[in-house]
Amino acid sequence: MLNIDDTVNPVEPFLRSDRMPHIWCPGCGIGTTVNSFARALIDSKIDLESLALVSGIGCTGRVAGYVKLDSFHTTHGRAIPFATGLKLANPKLNVVVYSGDGDLSAIGGNHLIHAARRNIDLKVICVNNLIYAMTGGQTAPTTPGHATTSTNPYGTFEPAFNLPHLVEAAGAVYVARWTTFHVRQLARSISEAFQKKGFSFIEVISPCPTLYQRRNKMGDGLDTMKYYKEKSKVKHGTPTSEVGLTLNGEIAVGKFVDRDRPDYQSMMRAQYVESLGERYIEEPEVECVCG
Amino acid sequence: MRLTEIRIAGFGGQGVILSAVVLGKAASIYENGFATMTQNFGPEARGGACSAQLIVSDSPVLYPYVTRPDIMVILSQEAYQRFAPELKPGGALIVEEDLVRVSDLKGDPKVYSVPATRFAEELGKRMVLNSVMVGFFTAITQLLTPDAVRKAVADSVPPAFRELNLKAFEKGFAYGTSLEAPRRSELEELTYSKE
Amino acid sequence: MKADPHGVLTGTHFIDGDHACCEGALAAGARFAAGYPITPSTEVVERFAARVPTVGGTFIQMEDELAASITLQGAVWGGAKAFTVTSGPGFSLMMEHIGYAAMTETPCVFVDVQRGGPSTGLPTLPAQADMMQARWGSHGDYEIIALCPNSPQECFDLTIKAFNLAEEFRVPVMFMMDEVVGHMTEKVVIPPADQIEVVPRKHTRKSVEDYLPYGSNGDMVPEMAHAGEGYKFHVTGLTHDERGYPNMTPQTQDKLVRRLQNKIRAAVDRICLFEEDGIDSADVVVVSYGITSRVAQRAVQMARERGLKVGKLRLITAWPFPDQKIAEIASKVKALVVPELNLGQMVREVERAAQGKAKTIALPHAGGGVHNPDQILNAIVEAIRC
Repeated sequence: MLNIDDTVNPVEPFLRSDRMPHIWCPGCGIGTTVNSFARALIDSKIDLESLALVSGIGCTGRVAGYVKLDSFHTTHGRAIPFATGLKLANPKLNVVVYSGDGDLSAIGGNHLIHAARRNIDLKVICVNNLIYAMTGGQTAPTTPGHATTSTNPYGTFEPAFNLPHLVEAAGAVYVARWTTFHVRQLARSISEAFQKKGFSFIEVISPCPTLYQRRNKMGDGLDTMKYYKEKSKVKHGTPTSEVGLTLNGEIAVGKFVDRDRPDYQSMMRAQYVESLGERYIEEPEVECVCG
Repeated sequence: MRLTEIRIAGFGGQGVILSAVVLGKAASIYENGFATMTQNFGPEARGGACSAQLIVSDSPVLYPYVTRPDIMVILSQEAYQRFAPELKPGGALIVEEDLVRVSDLKGDPKVYSVPATRFAEELGKRMVLNSVMVGFFTAITQLLTPDAVRKAVADSVPPAFRELNLKAFEKGFAYGTSLEAPRRSELEELTYSKE
Repeated sequence: MKADPHGVLTGTHFIDGDHACCEGALAAGARFAAGYPITPSTEVVERFAARVPTVGGTFIQMEDELAASITLQGAVWGGAKAFTVTSGPGFSLMMEHIGYAAMTETPCVFVDVQRGGPSTGLPTLPAQADMMQARWGSHGDYEIIALCPNSPQECFDLTIKAFNLAEEFRVPVMFMMDEVVGHMTEKVVIPPADQIEVVPRKHTRKSVEDYLPYGSNGDMVPEMAHAGEGYKFHVTGLTHDERGYPNMTPQTQDKLVRRLQNKIRAAVDRICLFEEDGIDSADVVVVSYGITSRVAQRAVQMARERGLKVGKLRLITAWPFPDQKIAEIASKVKALVVPELNLGQMVREVERAAQGKAKTIALPHAGGGVHNPDQILNAIVEAIRC
């Protein structure tokens, strides 16, 4: 007999219920990604006390405020460097960066590629709704060509970033993409990323019915689910150069990159041991900082 | 140790900065006086001309820059052209004999030359020319006690080169001491007053 | 508590201000620095990069100052004492994160080795023109602390003080050096570790259930917890309540922002360090800070040799500004002469605090060098005559 308490939502222990209701719009996909994230925490049996979550600014940036974890809502674009400091100061922490496409790839784009290059042991979950949502639907570096936004009312014409391709080129060890339709696959990818040491990047294509879907006549949240279901193609291992997104086009999903290379702290340790030998002190002396 | 302004100048690789560090250490650490050293930074300091300013005194140094050096140590012709005119009238000009041709001197300085590079080469390593120069400086200026400068040389150079640098110091010091007494005593008449 | 001996390079050294600042940070217990190269400050982190692997800690060179100034704050919440080092252009880029540190009450130190500006300005030459930026550079209302060393020895001593104040008040502390002090080499005495007082982090001892991350204590400084300890706290740059939860109402804003201000203002007497000499019998007092205070001291000496009654006040703490001290002095003297390596920054504060009781005379210098002591002497003579 299954022992399930059906009066309690299984993800509730991971959320700050005293902060509900959340600010996200009806049909928004961010809550769905948080659900998958919580599932992944259950599945991977990760020690929640060792887990810290860092967000930047934007709709997805608000995730930090809703999870019952040590959580940091930082400045716009700087979740990754903040998380870098957190991880390097306390290597025992599992550090997740949870933020949006504008935050991570525009204002924070430089940090994204450099953290991937250094292979900092961070799990980055990038909720990509293809625009700046919090500020009213402006063009982002991820907005597909010809989409209508509040700052490109006659259609965008800038080429967009293909984020999996970008982070793979910069050095990420794990790169996957799903949509908010793929809740189980997404949870599985997050669990897998927790098993990796190094810079992991999971892109989640997510609807913004209020500002993107509506302006581009793509219907509501449910219509978007149908679109994701019909247009997504699972393409594990496909070259990331081929997974760029187009307006209303196919969405390649799956695990694109899964490789191993030493993470920043391993490389740092190895270099110091080689150069300094016994003079290298890895951990700071334990000093009581408790007042 | 009256307030004395010193400029040491040459080109990169001659140990200009290290010479100033050694003399500054001797004054402030081993003689319990005060010393302030500044260097010229900026593109012009890379590769070519290199210069350090040192002020030593028996009271705290307040104004950080050298304006009219009482003593100038010059290790290259380029440095000579650039800095010699700044020397205080009646000041001491110490030059690397083989690298600096002294001409067009104004202000009646006392000039002291030493073939520091040649001495260093005779000792087996050209790079210790700065310690030869420091030894010569110590003998000529009598500003600092030789023991204080010896200690400063010893703890400013890598341990493997300590002995060689001390030898170089002694070489320069002996050469300075051997110069005719009248020539050395001239310097004692220098007024270091700063008004 | 006493300093960790591993980080303390006890002895008598002949080093420059940048290197002394690094040694001060290590002695204070800093085990994390994030930086980005910029003249004339880079020597601080170069030395830290060389020293810290043998002490136990981390240096990371980030991709820019935006990153450096927030990476260090991540490290603080991970449990480290951390700092960054920069100069004018980099300091400008760090402003948003100074506000973040003030808002989230992240104890940390920002070292600014000031050079001539605006913009790229004079990379290798001094100025003191970031003084107002240090105070007001980030948006919104907040308080910071700023210290101004005038020698390599003080670059050591006051860096420790900067970390101690940061921890005590949970506030970002600006360490306002200048190119001359940074690049000047002098004797620096580093005492044994057991003679160095270090303020530990104000870490909570409360249980997870009782802990309020931004709860006000008697002294207005909340207790801190680190990530990974089970407190599951939330930190945000948004206006937040005592739980640390965003709460964007005028009431919460008022309570929070006033506390951020008052925790510093209530302790001004303790935070404000200065050095004074001959003020009681003075007709004129020279108010200065940083490298300019040494040149001013020379001018004061010269004036006294001429029989003039001149006092000096050296601001060691520039922010918070010692209003009361200036008001007291102003009520006793004819004039306050304020030389500084900018076109008039701290002189505005002096004039404000003097409340018209004494004449305030600005002695600006655009930077790239220091005043000639004669300039300051002339200003003193002029001030006494009028």
